[in-house]
Amino acid sequence: MNSKTSNNIATGVIYFLVACVLAILVFLLGYILITGIPHVSWHFLTSAAQSFAAGGGIRDQLFNSMYLLVLTLIISFPIALGSGIYLSEYAPDNWVTGVIRTAVEVLSSLPSVVVGLFGFLLFVVNFHMGFSILAGAIALTFFNLPLLTRSIEESLQDVSELQREAGLSLGLSRWKTITGIVLPAALPGILTGIILSAGRVFGEAAALIYTAGQSAPTVNYGDWNPMDSASFLNFMRPAETLAVHIWKVNTEGVTPDAAAISSGASAVLIVVILLFNLLARMLGRWLYKRMTATK
Amino acid sequence: MPKIITSKDVHLSYGPKEALHGISLDFEEHDITALIGPSGCGKSTYLRCLNRMNDLIKGVKITGSMKLEDQDIYAPGTDIVDLRKRVGMVFQQPNPFPFSVYENVAYGLRLAGEKDKHVLDERVETSLKQAAIWDEVKDHLYENALSFSGGQQQRICVARVLAVQPEVVLLDEPTSALDPISSAKIEDTLMNIRDQYTIIIVTHNMQQASRISDKTAFLLNGDLVEFSKTEKMFIHPDDEKTSDYLNGKFG
Repeated sequence: MNSKTSNNIATGVIYFLVACVLAILVFLLGYILITGIPHVSWHFLTSAAQSFAAGGGIRDQLFNSMYLLVLTLIISFPIALGSGIYLSEYAPDNWVTGVIRTAVEVLSSLPSVVVGLFGFLLFVVNFHMGFSILAGAIALTFFNLPLLTRSIEESLQDVSELQREAGLSLGLSRWKTITGIVLPAALPGILTGIILSAGRVFGEAAALIYTAGQSAPTVNYGDWNPMDSASFLNFMRPAETLAVHIWKVNTEGVTPDAAAISSGASAVLIVVILLFNLLARMLGRWLYKRMTATK
Repeated sequence: MPKIITSKDVHLSYGPKEALHGISLDFEEHDITALIGPSGCGKSTYLRCLNRMNDLIKGVKITGSMKLEDQDIYAPGTDIVDLRKRVGMVFQQPNPFPFSVYENVAYGLRLAGEKDKHVLDERVETSLKQAAIWDEVKDHLYENALSFSGGQQQRICVARVLAVQPEVVLLDEPTSALDPISSAKIEDTLMNIRDQYTIIIVTHNMQQASRISDKTAFLLNGDLVEFSKTEKMFIHPDDEKTSDYLNGKFG
């Protein structure tokens, strides 16, 4: 076989493999959207779920998913940013750092059911948090941390050493060099990390069943006081998310339109993830522009 | 002329390997001094000792004395941040920040606490003019510095260093990544600022050294072979090795 034929064969195989990936993606997305979209209506998005009757919506679940994401990011992002900066910029190259890196990796491969049960025993039972959105957010932080830490560390590492030298040689302190030059340059990568981890948060069910709970009590969307138990911002209330809702109506739901609800909810979930993705990228581009070429 | 930097018997080793074997060099105020020598002779290593950039490399050990005026550069109490404000550096690869031209030049000042817009504007303009790049960027001050050519980027980097008004400017082969025309512009820039700054430049290019420098130091394998007025060194070198190197017999 001459090199030209082997090249053609290799190219063909690669194209075929890419086509497989694309086909699976298109099939899945198409199936979910085509079966789901017909069930999505304004009413579906804005009314509360029904336990027994047909015609329930997903208003609270949808909000809970987003609120949980925000809470999780509020908890995990600062921690991940700190540890990412430490690992990339300060950590000496020794066994302690190695242990930290391995620990972070192990954390990311924990089965979500295990994390859920751990969260249930520790936060829900032991710390008397009850099934609460806060317990859920803490459990999700366990998944989020490794992903975020690694992606932040890697994006910081990708910033050329020349940039650091330039900063230091101008008489900037190490900290100012990191916050003023390295971080802005690493922003796009950090954002990708956030988007990836957000997808995980939206899609997670197993860990939330035991922590954030499976019920979505009616909340008052006009009550902006997070300390108020009826407020939608209260983070000590149980909060069933969209993914958990899909799981629940399919396993123990008794509503007659369970199939319709779960396909509709799945479609909404995918669209929301997509929207979040786009929004985060737009925000990132805007931020990057602001930080790099001012005005 | 008063000496601004004095160094005596500087040894530097990376782990077990010694790269500088005791170098003593003094630099006079407002001089341009060129450090020349073949690759690996230690000229960049020596240069990076002067603003303690070698501190960033693990396992580096430096002995001997280095003084900026009467302040010991390697004394335990030395404020490195302050030292680097007084001794600025331009690198081999142009490395502007991924910000606008204006921000690049104003950045050091801004972080040092300068907030007055007039002062910043004025200093940005002066620095860009000193670096002989003002005419090319004045209408593009708010564009990303990375969108300019390599030679322009390097002059923006020079302006960035000048903006913090150091006393000494170190240049580590600033033109080796540039084409001849851009290199000539960098040389013009250095001629422009020679009255206000002390300049120490590492270069591979002997013609460059002879064109711009007042004094030249020739280093070989971690030793200082010869240090004298540039004119003298290029016409009547004292050492055989210097003569061989300048005549292209090795290098």
